[in-house]
Amino acid sequence: MTLEVESRKETLAEDGLPVEELVVNVGPSHPSTHGVCRVIVHLDGEIVTRAEPVIGYLHRGIEKMCENRTYLQVVPLTDRLDYVGSMYANWAYCRAVERLAGIRVPERAEYLRVIVCEMQRIASHMMSLGSAAADTGAATMFIYAFDERETIVELFEDLCGARLTYNYVRPGGVSFDIPEGWTDRLLEFCRTHRVALREMDKLWFGNVIARGRMKGIGVLAADDAVAWGASGPVARGSGVNWDLRKHDPYSVYPRFDFDIPTGSAGDVYDRARVRLYECYESCRIIEQAVAQMPGGPIKAEGLQRLIAPRPGDAYDHIESARGSLGVYIVSEGGPRPHRVKFRSPAFCNLALLPLIAEGHMLSDLVVCLGSLDPVFGEVDR
Amino acid sequence: MAFVDRLGEILSEGGQGGIILTSIDALADWSRGKSLWAMPMGTACCAMELIAASFAKFDFDRHGSFPRPDPRHTDVMVVAGTITRKMAPAVKRLYEQMPEPKWVIAMGNCAVSGGIFFYDSYSVIRGVDEFLPVDVYIAGCPPRPESLQDAVLRLRELISTESIAPGVKHERTLSLPRSGDVSFGVRPGSAEEGDAE
Repeated sequence: MTLEVESRKETLAEDGLPVEELVVNVGPSHPSTHGVCRVIVHLDGEIVTRAEPVIGYLHRGIEKMCENRTYLQVVPLTDRLDYVGSMYANWAYCRAVERLAGIRVPERAEYLRVIVCEMQRIASHMMSLGSAAADTGAATMFIYAFDERETIVELFEDLCGARLTYNYVRPGGVSFDIPEGWTDRLLEFCRTHRVALREMDKLWFGNVIARGRMKGIGVLAADDAVAWGASGPVARGSGVNWDLRKHDPYSVYPRFDFDIPTGSAGDVYDRARVRLYECYESCRIIEQAVAQMPGGPIKAEGLQRLIAPRPGDAYDHIESARGSLGVYIVSEGGPRPHRVKFRSPAFCNLALLPLIAEGHMLSDLVVCLGSLDPVFGEVDR
Repeated sequence: MAFVDRLGEILSEGGQGGIILTSIDALADWSRGKSLWAMPMGTACCAMELIAASFAKFDFDRHGSFPRPDPRHTDVMVVAGTITRKMAPAVKRLYEQMPEPKWVIAMGNCAVSGGIFFYDSYSVIRGVDEFLPVDVYIAGCPPRPESLQDAVLRLRELISTESIAPGVKHERTLSLPRSGDVSFGVRPGSAEEGDAE
């Protein structure tokens, strides 16, 4: 009782209205669709003074599990990392294994990988834009965007039989060749997707409420983006022109003509805008890749099922929808990797949340989180 | 406890409650089964299919299942995705916040048994039924959205045998009286029925 009286006296002794810091716990079951993240928010009234993300709610120990599997058996595990864009983790892992074991990939397989990864970029950005739109209150946009995603998922299903966890890219090639009539449907999608993108552009980016919710919110300076290791649309939204497809070209990307869209303001609006423009560029790449695709085998010949590379290590990275996704593998000569480490872009980008959410309202916190586009399978691994 | 919550208990206490209860049960089961609002507990990959199920092509809403983010609005928790040791207390707490009657759908191999993480993961709970009473299991990694819709229909079958009296289950699905039934509207043997014949 005495303690209560004392504390009351303290608040009365202050000049003006007593102000206390309020600590609010957001998550881990998040009402919006960004996965299981908990954010401890320190509030001054409704203004965020500090936002502290707590991760690990989806830590499944995939990196450790990789050590118990053969090189081929790891591929399905990589599907479950970034489940919005499974193809990227497949490809990044396979590139590292190919580098480690010195496997040459047939040209047709490289083209197929490029095609599926650019399709995956569109699918992932549609998910990202849709959920970001839902955060700003535009649920209609989510349905439009998911409709586009559904078409790609159906194409993937025809290609490899799975809607989500594809296990398509394997060390030495890809698992299946394209079925008959598939490229025609893909090109038709690229044509209609551009129309849909313009529609979405008007629907969401042209909406005055959405602009008000996004412009000037969560500003990330270019210096900070570089210093914190941000990559992908998060860095490019701040004007950092860094894309591994251009600046550390891999696979057959140098053969295609495409642009890297960058923003300038570094706010939520620019990040979303970069994602929208990247979908146009992905359509361009897909069309060029389909036109240039040669015939031939889709798997490296003479490749043994049990890959046992010599002792050593290899690192390779690709540009995923979220940024530079790297895989580091250490081999001790056996059929299983000694250590597998994933450098996940979503993890690095999520670290920026305290930086960009500070000084904004609590309702903008979710918008900021959505603009970073974290996938918690990849953050927690 | 509110009177409505104890209604089943009170009616069944009289010994003659069975006759009254079957009609009420039929109505209650029908209404419960047709509006199963879902608590989407999407944690991992299956959450994508959970979202896909609600949207344009599959249209979850036509089964009366509408995803609500607040556990206090919902009837069925759809656990879609891997549940880790760190996440489990949060899931349990959300389940406890849901009002009775409540059901659980375990969607995907991870929620059923741990799935791909069954053998050698140190942090994954081997199936959500370790701490929640699961009613319907859906296999698949991830299951198709159609499977989720099938699960809702299965759950509706399950609900149609439940009584509002605690712990009582009917052997078969109770049907609501239809206009063609003898018992509907007029009593058998009454004057009106005699006139009709």
